[in-house]
Amino acid sequence: MEAKKEKKPTAFLNVDGTEYKTILPEDFEQLRKYHMPEPEHIRSFIAGTIQKVNVKEGQQVKKGEKLLILEAMKMKNRVLAPLAGKVRKVYVKEGENVIKNQLLIKLELSKA
Amino acid sequence: MGLKRKIHELQKRREEVLQGGGEKAVQKQVSMGKLTARERIVALLDKGSFNEYDMFVEHEARDFDMDKKTLYGDGVIVGTGTIHGRPVAVFAQDFTVAGGSLGLMHSRKITKIMDHALKMRMPLIGINDSGGARIQEGVNSLAGYGEIFYRNTISSGVIPQISVILGPCAGGAVYSPALTDFVFVVDNISKMFITGPSVIKTVLGEDISMEDLGGANIHSTITGNAHFFAKNEKECFGQIQKLLSFIPWNNEEKSQKIASKPPRRDYKIEDIVPADPKLPYDVRDVIKAVVDDSDFFEIMEGWARNLVIGFGRMGGRTVGFVANQPIYLAGVLDVDSSDKAARFIRYCDAFNIPIITLVDLPGYLPGVDQEHAGVIRHGAKVLYAYSEATVPKMTVIIRKAYGGGYIAMSSRHLRADFVFAWPSAEIAVMGPEGAANIIFRKEISEAEDPEKMRKQKVKEYKNKFANPYVAAAKGYVDSVIEPGETRKLLLHAIEVSKNKVISVPKKKHGIPPF
Repeated sequence: MEAKKEKKPTAFLNVDGTEYKTILPEDFEQLRKYHMPEPEHIRSFIAGTIQKVNVKEGQQVKKGEKLLILEAMKMKNRVLAPLAGKVRKVYVKEGENVIKNQLLIKLELSKA
Repeated sequence: MGLKRKIHELQKRREEVLQGGGEKAVQKQVSMGKLTARERIVALLDKGSFNEYDMFVEHEARDFDMDKKTLYGDGVIVGTGTIHGRPVAVFAQDFTVAGGSLGLMHSRKITKIMDHALKMRMPLIGINDSGGARIQEGVNSLAGYGEIFYRNTISSGVIPQISVILGPCAGGAVYSPALTDFVFVVDNISKMFITGPSVIKTVLGEDISMEDLGGANIHSTITGNAHFFAKNEKECFGQIQKLLSFIPWNNEEKSQKIASKPPRRDYKIEDIVPADPKLPYDVRDVIKAVVDDSDFFEIMEGWARNLVIGFGRMGGRTVGFVANQPIYLAGVLDVDSSDKAARFIRYCDAFNIPIITLVDLPGYLPGVDQEHAGVIRHGAKVLYAYSEATVPKMTVIIRKAYGGGYIAMSSRHLRADFVFAWPSAEIAVMGPEGAANIIFRKEISEAEDPEKMRKQKVKEYKNKFANPYVAAAKGYVDSVIEPGETRKLLLHAIEVSKNKVISVPKKKHGIPPF
């Protein structure tokens, strides 16, 4: 809100091959980063508590098989395997609190 | 003798109610830099014009020992008064009484004054300062909110509705301001969120302060929920009074006409805009160079700054300005700026305010984040709003008007009434570099010196198409004008559009992309 007039347009924005001199938001580059989804990394979609871990390292899992229960917002959420594969590593224990986007389990996906 | 005693009793009762939540609660309010609810109304309205109603309303709650509690005015003050000598309805939540919490009778006081405002076709100003629903009153509180939201919606586009956030406004309570036309916030005082920091902490484990979650700064720069930001309450009331000087009192009226004043000399229109379309300038200087007295009242100045909106006067009458801002993000349209433009266009259209659009943009913002954020449906809002608007629409193409950006920014094709272009205008399907690279791809790649060929082809394209005359030859532009003629032509265009009539098919309502 403040500091409106202080900044000078010194950055450039490329639109259709032309560079326009202008001001960019401070977090502009960060905003624009896009990460490809990694199905082998099972992350918490919400902060909560690991209520139960259903798999062991080295175990083979089928697509849609229950990996663990993440309790959040008074709901016991089942976290399922997005694809078939082997459980490479389990990063969490039962009863552990996790934050959003925390890595819970790493899979080694079966070759299709 | 008997009547005198009764008058005395009335005075005593009034005095009791005027205590609000008592001395201690009032002191606490003051220590936070806040005025009390009645002081706020008095500061906002014309001197001595406020008349309060429903002063003796009492709550009916019986559970949780509530029947033993007296809550003066039930935590909200309602009434009517005037601003600039014209009638307004107002309510102000009183945080000193049970934290301004909303129970059934509290909400009934608000809905009663809302009904008055709609019936009398006068603006409604709501001052929000409340801890939220009165939990002891249970579902009656929810019913109260719902009744308010319904009236906000039904009154929308009929009377102006203004929300002033002067304290916490959390949970369901935030939806009333969100449904109104303009939201005012004050630094360090306003707090708006659906779920507060403590809920976020317990559920998500994330630590955040109230200020960082939903303070005045956040809502005026990041969320776009607030339209006006002030440093203190006094400045905020000044902004409201100024806004009310521009807008019509209801959807059947036009804005007040005041004496026309020329722009102040210090904005020389030719000197503001660089001829090179790649160089920036502040479009607000162009607006100030054409508008009466160089007085431009900007709305949402901290959010989606690549597009500027606001009110000014032309020949003494209010107009709304929508302008691309080259100094910020090259003035592109994106998700937020599309939303900002579309809502403002619809406001102007609902309240008979002509729209002047200043065009200078390279197009829509490219990028994965924009595409994934749904720039298609957000961008479509601009097309929808301009096409739908039946108020007089004047467009001035200053420099770039490329591709979808050209169409969206109040083009002839969306039924602009007048399209003027400066000689610096470039109306084309895209910028010369991009266009030449596509059209002459073969020639460029097969040339002995591709870079030299590319430059030559860009130059060729520029000479042929980067101007206003191709569009003027088709009548898409009505007139190519000198920058210095802009004000004169806009004034004339507004004058001849005075009795504009346009017929559209009868329908219940359209389905805009929101």
